[in-house]
Amino acid sequence: MITVLFFAKQQEQIGKEKLERSESQLVVSELKQILMNDYPDLSLDHTMTAINEEYAAEDQVVNDQDIVAFIPPVSGG
Amino acid sequence: MEYYSITSEEIDVNKVISSVIRPEAGAINTFIGTVREFTGEKQTVSLQYEAYPSMAEKQLKRIGGEIREQWPAVQTSIVHRIGKLAISDIAVVIAVASPHRAESYEASRYAIERIKEIVPIWKKEYWTDGEEWIGDQLEKTSYKNK
Repeated sequence: MITVLFFAKQQEQIGKEKLERSESQLVVSELKQILMNDYPDLSLDHTMTAINEEYAAEDQVVNDQDIVAFIPPVSGG
Repeated sequence: MEYYSITSEEIDVNKVISSVIRPEAGAINTFIGTVREFTGEKQTVSLQYEAYPSMAEKQLKRIGGEIREQWPAVQTSIVHRIGKLAISDIAVVIAVASPHRAESYEASRYAIERIKEIVPIWKKEYWTDGEEWIGDQLEKTSYKNK
């Protein structure tokens, strides 16, 4: 299982803070596509991904037990 | 002692400043970011900040490390508040101590610009005529040096 975290607008789009998903051994861009198919209101365009709290590239593999967080454009400060 | 923190409490500015004071420093530059009421003609009523706190603290610490690489004698502490903030409330405090003044200005500017690029904190603005999550990192070369 992997844990997927959502923040800000995406959390509102999906109606949840997090999901437990069975997908693993696929790359970030594939996971994004699967989630956008499952949740038509969800947009992950212009969204970075963090795996276990480190920014990850679109072609990085998601492994079992990973915590995947989608990071929409930040606006702190 | 430098520190990097996300808090839902009011920020104690003096505590942030005190954390970087040391005998070698002749300058401490403190940046305080507050909630602005007017952006052009748009009037903000309040703000909601949300973060991915554990990762955000790591990213703040990373900014402190980047500063030390560029300005080795500089010490930095950064605290960002989350939750609901009113107009003029303090959202972020950056304290930078250095032997001489020039690098404290430069490092302070660097810290706030990097916060806006790589730290997972988001802002929802509540205006008199609506609300919206704001994202300003688009179109920037963010997240480089992963």
